[in-house]
Amino acid sequence: MADAKYPRSEVNLDKCKGCGLCIAACPKKVLVFSSKLNSKGYHYAEYTGTGCVGCGNCFYNCPEPDAITVYLRNYDPEKEV
Amino acid sequence: MKKTILKKPKGFIDVYKHKAGAEKDRTHYCPGCGHGILHKLIAEAMEDLDIVDDTILISPVGCSVFAYYYFDTGNFQAAHGRAPAVATATSRANPDKVVISYQGDGDLAAIGGNNIIQAANRGENIVVFFVNNAIYGMTGGQMAPTTLEGQVTTTTPYGRNTDTDGYPMKMCEVISQFTAPTYVERVSLHDAPHIRKTRAAVRKALQNAKERKGFQFVEVLSTCPSGWKMDPVKSMEWVKEKMLPLYPLGVYRDKGDEARVINRPVPIMEPATVWEKLGISADADVDFPRGDVPEQYKKMSIRVAGFGGQGIMVTGQALASVALEYGYNVSWLPSYGPEMRGGTANCSVNIQDGVIGAAEAVKPTMLLAMNRPSLEKFEESVVPGGTLIYNSTLIDIEPTRTDIKVFAIPITGMADELGNTRVQSLVNIGAYAAITGAFRVEDIVSLLPKLFKGKKQAIIDLNAKAVKAGFDFVKENF
Amino acid sequence: MARMLMKGNYASVYGAAMAGCTAYYGYPITPASEIAESAAALFPKLGRTFVQAESEVAAINMVYGAAGSGQRVMTGSSGPGISLKMEGISYCAGAALPCVIVDIMRGGPGLGNIGPEQSDYNQVVKGGGHGNYRCIVLAPASCQEMCDFTFQAFELADKYRIPVFVLTDGVIGQMMESVVIPEPVKELPDKSDYAVFGTPLNKNLVNSIYIDHDDLENWNLELLKKYKAIEKAEVKFEEYMMDDAEIALIGYGSVSRVLRTVVDDCRAKGLKVGLFRPITLFPFPKNEIAALPGRGIKNVLTVELSTGQLVDDVDLALSGVIKSDLYFRLGGNVPSADEISNKISELYGEVK
Repeated sequence: MADAKYPRSEVNLDKCKGCGLCIAACPKKVLVFSSKLNSKGYHYAEYTGTGCVGCGNCFYNCPEPDAITVYLRNYDPEKEV
Repeated sequence: MKKTILKKPKGFIDVYKHKAGAEKDRTHYCPGCGHGILHKLIAEAMEDLDIVDDTILISPVGCSVFAYYYFDTGNFQAAHGRAPAVATATSRANPDKVVISYQGDGDLAAIGGNNIIQAANRGENIVVFFVNNAIYGMTGGQMAPTTLEGQVTTTTPYGRNTDTDGYPMKMCEVISQFTAPTYVERVSLHDAPHIRKTRAAVRKALQNAKERKGFQFVEVLSTCPSGWKMDPVKSMEWVKEKMLPLYPLGVYRDKGDEARVINRPVPIMEPATVWEKLGISADADVDFPRGDVPEQYKKMSIRVAGFGGQGIMVTGQALASVALEYGYNVSWLPSYGPEMRGGTANCSVNIQDGVIGAAEAVKPTMLLAMNRPSLEKFEESVVPGGTLIYNSTLIDIEPTRTDIKVFAIPITGMADELGNTRVQSLVNIGAYAAITGAFRVEDIVSLLPKLFKGKKQAIIDLNAKAVKAGFDFVKENF
Repeated sequence: MARMLMKGNYASVYGAAMAGCTAYYGYPITPASEIAESAAALFPKLGRTFVQAESEVAAINMVYGAAGSGQRVMTGSSGPGISLKMEGISYCAGAALPCVIVDIMRGGPGLGNIGPEQSDYNQVVKGGGHGNYRCIVLAPASCQEMCDFTFQAFELADKYRIPVFVLTDGVIGQMMESVVIPEPVKELPDKSDYAVFGTPLNKNLVNSIYIDHDDLENWNLELLKKYKAIEKAEVKFEEYMMDDAEIALIGYGSVSRVLRTVVDDCRAKGLKVGLFRPITLFPFPKNEIAALPGRGIKNVLTVELSTGQLVDDVDLALSGVIKSDLYFRLGGNVPSADEISNKISELYGEVK
C-alpha cells in the first residue's frame, strides 16, 4: 500500500515551528526535518511521502492548531463537505 | 461519526482576531509548548461534544493568558490566580454553560492557591485544566510551587532547596481531599500514548461539565522547553524521568454515576413578586393620628444608656419604630463596636419633623439612664429644660441637675414583677408615651406583633402589659 | 409607600435588590457585615446568588465574573477589605465592567478600629488600584440614601460601564432610619454587546490586556473620555442655607449631618453659615466649589473624618482664591456640633 494516497500526513510548512515533536512521535519514522527553512526560519517537518499509517500521533503531539493535517485511511475527498 | 481527517478543530477560532500583531494564523506559544497540545485536545473535545457554542473559557495570567486568542467561545481574561473566582460567578450567572478555568502552576497553586481550593470545596460547576510544567513560563522561568527539588530556575539559581523553598506541591492530592469534586485526574503529555490518555481525560471532564456534574479537575504534566532551556523532545523525556516519579498519574477521584447534577435557581425579577417574596407592602404603613404633644417633646433627641442585656438597643429601636408610625422622621444610632458585646451600651434616637442632622444625641433632650454609670456619664449632657428618666431599681444615687425634669421609675423592678426582666424596654416605651404624650398605649400594643415578629402570643401579651405598666406608673406618680 | 425602619447597611441591599441586582459576592468585615448578612437573607428568597467568598480578593473577582456575565452585581466591605479588592476593581475598570461596591469606612491605617472614619477617601475617589482609572463615588448621608444611591449606582454603572462606589462610614451603615423602598426595576439593560453568555451568537471577550502599546494608550484615552463625560453630566451636591452664607462648611456622609446641625446652631447665633455637601465625590463638584467665592463666601471650612483628604480636592477647586480651613477628627471620633461651632468662632470670629 506504499503508493496509496491515504492515509497521509500533511505539514503546513509555514505554520510549523520545527519543534520536532511530531517526528519523535511518528511510529513509522516517516516524518523528517526538511533541509529547507520556512518563512519563520524553522527547519519544518515534512512527510517523506510513503509509509503513513494514519495513527494521528503527529497531529496530537503537534502544539500548533493547524500545522499538521492527517488524512485517515477512510478519507475520501469526494465525500468531504 | 468516525473521523476521516484530523485537522484544526472547530473549537478554535478560524482567524485569531484578538491576537496583537500580524501573525493571526498561528499561536504565540514557543516551539514544542505543552499548552498548544492541550489546547488542541480541548478544542477537539469541544467540537466533538458539540459544546463550542455553550462554553465560556477563563484565561489565567501566565503563558496561557492569551488562551482567549484561540478558543471560539465566550472568553474572560482573569487576574493572576483568580480564574476559579471568576469562573464561580460566571458559572452561577450561566448555570447551563460549560465554564473552563484554564490555569498554570504559578497561577493555580501559588497566588491562586486559596481560590482553587475554595472553588473545589464549593463544588463549583466548572472544569479546571491545570497545566503543571514546574516553572513560571511567561515571567521568564522562576520557581513555581511545583518546581522539583534541586531544579534550577531563575529564582532558584542553585536549585530548589527544600529547607528554604519547601517541597513541590501536589495539587491533585490536595484537591481530592475535598468532598465536593466530581472528577480529579493527573495526566501527562510526555509521549503519544499519554497524550491519548490526556485526550480521554479532557473529554471526560468536559462531558461531565456538559451534564452540569460539578467540579472537574485535570492536572496535566506539561513542558516548558524555553523555561527549562531544553529542546522540545528532551523536555518530553524530562517529564517522564523527573516529573512522573514525583507526580503519580492516575484518577484521584471519580464519582461516576454518583455525581450530582448541579442546578441553580432562576432569579425572580417580576416586580410584584419581588415585593411579595420580601414581605414588602405599601399597605403596611400605619399612620396613626398624632395626639396633643407639648412643644418640648416635638423634637426629641434621646440617649438610652445602660448595661448590655438591659434592652438598651431594643428600647431605642422600639421608640423609633413607634414614632415612625406617627409620621415622624426618626433615626437610631447604636454605639457600635466591641463594647456592645457586654459592658455598657447606649444608643441615640431622634424623633422630629424635618431633616434629622447629627444622629448622635450629644446634647439629648431626654436621657433614659438604665444604670448608674450611664447616669453619671450622661446627666451633664442633657439640655437645660430637658428630661431625665432613670431606673430607680438599680440607680442608688440622686440626679444632681435641677434644671431638667426628672422621672425616677423602678423599671427593672416593674419588669421583674411582670415575670421577666427582658420586658424593661417595653416599660420604657410606656413611660415615654405617658411623659411626652406622643404615643397612645393602644397604638403601641397594636404594633407589638409587627415589632416582635415571630414571637409567641404569650410574649406579645406580656409586652403589652409592660407597656401599660410603664404608662400607668408615670400617670399615677407624676 | 412601603416604609421600613432599617439600618443603612440593610437599606443598601434593599436598594440593590430593587435595582435588579442578581448576585452578591462578599466577605464579612465590621462595620459592613450586615450588608453580606442581609444579602444572604434576601437574595435566596429571590432565587438570586449569594456567595460568601473565601476572601475579599475572591469576592471582587467573582464580581468581575458576574459583571462580565451581564449581571447586576454587588459587593460590600470596609477599608481593609477595600484595600484588598483594589486589584480586582482595577480589572473591572480596565475591562469596563459595571459593578457596585459599598464601602462602610472604618478607622485606619492597618487594622485601625471599627469606629467611623472617612479615611478611604483617597483610595476610593482617586482610583486606588493600579492604572489610570476612576470609579463613580456616591456618598450617602442617610439610610434612605443608602437605599436610593445603591439603586442609582447600578443605573450609573450600566450607563457608563464603570465600577460605582457607595462610600459612607460606620455611622450611616449602622444607624437605623425610615426607608421608603423603591419600586423594583421592570427592565434591565441589554448587555449583549459586551457580556459573555456562552451562546452561538455571543462570543464576547472580557479582558483588560492590551499588549500593544498604542492599543493600550488608546484604550486609556477612551476611558479618559468616559471620565470627562461623567464629570460633565453626573456631578451631584446639596446645599443648605448657602444663599446668603459667608462661611461655607463642606463635608460629606455622616459629617454633613453634623454640619447641618452646626448651620442651624450658627444661624441661631446670627452667623451666616451654610453647608455645601458633595454627593458625588467622583465626579467632584469642583466647578461649584470654585464658584463659591463669587457667591459671597469668604471662608470655607472642610470637616472630615480623615487628616485632609477631602480638603485636597476642595483646595484644588478653590485654587487659593479664598481662605480654606480644615477640621477633622479621627479614630472613630465624630465631632460634635458644638466642637465645630467653636472652631468656626475661633477661625472666623470676625465674620457676622
